[in-house]
Amino acid sequence: MASAAVHGGRFRSINWAAGIFSTFWLLIVMLPIYWIVITSIKSQAEYFVTNPFVPSSEPTLDAYRLVFEAGIVRYFVNSVIVTIGAVIPAVAVSFMAAFAIIRSKPNRFIRSSNSVFLMGLAIPLQATIIPVYLIIIRLHLYDTLLALILPSIAFAIPLSVLVLSNFIRDVPNELFESMRLDGASEWQTLWRLALPLTRPALVTVTIYNALLIWNGFLLPLVLTQSPDLRVLPLALWTFQGQYGINVPAVLAAVLLSALPILALYVVGRRQLLSGLTAGFSK
Amino acid sequence: MTLASVGSVKTAPIGSATNVHGRSLAWLAVPALVFFIAFGVIPLIGVLALSFTTWDGIGEVIPSGLDSWRATLTNPGLPHAMWVTFQVMVLSWLFQTPMSILLGVFLAGAQKYRALYSVLYFIPLLLSSAAIAITFKALLDPNFGLGTGLALPFLNQDWLGEPTLALGVVVFVVSWQYIPFHSLIYQGAVRQIPTSMYEAAQIDGAGRIRQFFSITLPQLKNTIITSSTLMVVGSLTFFDLIYVLTAGGPGDATRVLALEMYKTGFQGNLMGPASCIAVILVVVGLLLALLFRRIGGGDETSSQLEGA
Repeated sequence: MASAAVHGGRFRSINWAAGIFSTFWLLIVMLPIYWIVITSIKSQAEYFVTNPFVPSSEPTLDAYRLVFEAGIVRYFVNSVIVTIGAVIPAVAVSFMAAFAIIRSKPNRFIRSSNSVFLMGLAIPLQATIIPVYLIIIRLHLYDTLLALILPSIAFAIPLSVLVLSNFIRDVPNELFESMRLDGASEWQTLWRLALPLTRPALVTVTIYNALLIWNGFLLPLVLTQSPDLRVLPLALWTFQGQYGINVPAVLAAVLLSALPILALYVVGRRQLLSGLTAGFSK
Repeated sequence: MTLASVGSVKTAPIGSATNVHGRSLAWLAVPALVFFIAFGVIPLIGVLALSFTTWDGIGEVIPSGLDSWRATLTNPGLPHAMWVTFQVMVLSWLFQTPMSILLGVFLAGAQKYRALYSVLYFIPLLLSSAAIAITFKALLDPNFGLGTGLALPFLNQDWLGEPTLALGVVVFVVSWQYIPFHSLIYQGAVRQIPTSMYEAAQIDGAGRIRQFFSITLPQLKNTIITSSTLMVVGSLTFFDLIYVLTAGGPGDATRVLALEMYKTGFQGNLMGPASCIAVILVVVGLLLALLFRRIGGGDETSSQLEGA
């Protein structure tokens, strides 16, 4: 309401410059997306002879058939396993840690854990990839999906703890106190009070981490090698190497790999976008 | 401060029982801590340790003093990679910042069509870097791509085959991917600027452009610093996108530090020198973050980062 008033006031006259500029950027954003969609339903032969931006006169699902024959379902399943396998534990342990940080007696252990997590926000995954590789080899996990899951959990933790602890901190202390006075243990307050009240933040960090892990490329590149264990981003990259000349097939694979995220965007755009700036602005 | 106040309130009415719970609660932090130490803290220390060793990625890790550092610092590839990284960093900042601010301001408006635009604007955020790189690689094909489609022959360049053009393409694609994220941040920040400031400006007869420069932009100062920190520090870690788009090429024209690290370590089997590059990445990143914090004047940036 307030913001509508501001901006309504601010742009009383029609702002042509803004309209033109934003439409221009919209075209830049949408042109590649549009092109992916229309090219993926062209035949390979048609791709070479038609205008790239004109939809096919005889659309075909050949490209998709090829992608399915190339085993994209397998890669899809791998991505699902890694994403779910990493996100659920990551959010669970982060929630527990956030609860501990906010609700337990502030001793040295809690304080230093908190600073470790805060410091973790500054560690880039890329810079630690070599030791992670060494650790995974020593654990005999090289070329397994677990090798992708474990570091993914670790790197999801700092931001998740930060967002969740900020959220739990906002739960009024009186609520915890009154539940305690009714005889609930701290553990029960975690389940029956903190967990339900933190749900929006849990959804946010879950989506954020899922997006990051679903789209991750470096860990699978370094920590796996079997074709059977490829996750989608890695599979796309090898597709391009193998079928590079069949652009419709490559783009069909691109589209399929993004489908779950696009579906999520349609269903929960608000949560997804707030997830992306989580920990950064509330 | 919050920690202290929670603690003192808690101990008062319930007494010793709280201490028992307090202690047992602390252990809830242990699983997260174990994971993070194992795959975050130890690797961070490990990368420094590995920079003083020789390791081919398969055999034994052999301590070798400063050998790796000597090899890294005398390798002409390093200053080149730093220069390329610097160019990508500065150029993508120069392109992304004004675009993101303008789009953020635009999206903060309440008009219906802006809401529709915003739905579409954010789509690049959803795609993996690999998918984006693959798409642009095909779209920039000199024969069957963009130029042919738009019937604009000057767009039929050998985009990824010419060193200067390839660098430009990297900057553009990076911006295409990240401008939505930064406009999202600016959109949120613009919406928090108090209404009264604009009302006052309007009474004073300030036009739209004047309002932008004397209210919006100054009010966004902290957001600009935070967004720039994320852009600049983040640009040190660009790997996926560039690796798939150009693989550092043509030649080594787009070989940024993260790629130099990967190629040295995982393709050249020189994990020691690759670890040195990783250490350089971390140190440069921290220095840049501190620099921006200094520019931002104290800890305002950090409080924003912490979601306060």
